[in-house]
Amino acid sequence: MQLRDALVAKVSTFRSRGVIVDVTVLDVMDSFASRTLRDLVHMIKLRGAVTVIVGIQPEVAFAMVQLGLTLEGVATALDLEEGLAYLDQTTTRKVSAPRDG
Amino acid sequence: MDETRIVIRVDMDIVAARQSGRALATGLGFSNTDATLIATAISELARNIVHYAKEGEITLSTLNKSEACGIVVVARDKGPGISNLEQAMKMGFSTSGSLGIGLPGVRRLMDEFKIDSRPGHGTTVTIKIWKR
Repeated sequence: MQLRDALVAKVSTFRSRGVIVDVTVLDVMDSFASRTLRDLVHMIKLRGAVTVIVGIQPEVAFAMVQLGLTLEGVATALDLEEGLAYLDQTTTRKVSAPRDG
Repeated sequence: MDETRIVIRVDMDIVAARQSGRALATGLGFSNTDATLIATAISELARNIVHYAKEGEITLSTLNKSEACGIVVVARDKGPGISNLEQAMKMGFSTSGSLGIGLPGVRRLMDEFKIDSRPGHGTTVTIKIWKR
């Protein structure tokens, strides 16, 4: 909850367009944690920024699928590097193409 | 038979319970994947206790049947109980606005699952997983 409030506030302060949540250290993702994470992503989206979750460990991913947790609608990437690459792609301002004369 | 008992009241107890579960599983030679399944199941059950019953306990013990080795987790509380068990075991059903994944999910994670609940008398969930 603290993380959520702090994060949503920071998105405003820095006018962030992208957020990376690194969950590498999490050894368990239960339905409560999954829901918290999903809500966080949706709140940030409503503030106009994109979130990507990185570092879900293989065993954690396995347990999540068994449990029925899909994190649908939430962007994920392998690690921090891939997460940055993802944000780079999705948050780049689209420059309108020059019109043909 | 060795038994570990963890009182569940607050969020930190959930973490303590799943850490003991993981430690027990790893000590018995369970794979990392299965240890994570056990820790996840314990986390769900402990979360239910904190959320619905406010207080309860989780006991962990080992099972030895000839060559098979397993872990039994019992989550017990004296909370409000579940009035409609069939509904509670359905994927996506929840009385609290949660995902409704907890109990049916835990059943899928484990080899054996038993739930005993009576309104006003609390809930006991017993789960087992065997070493593969």
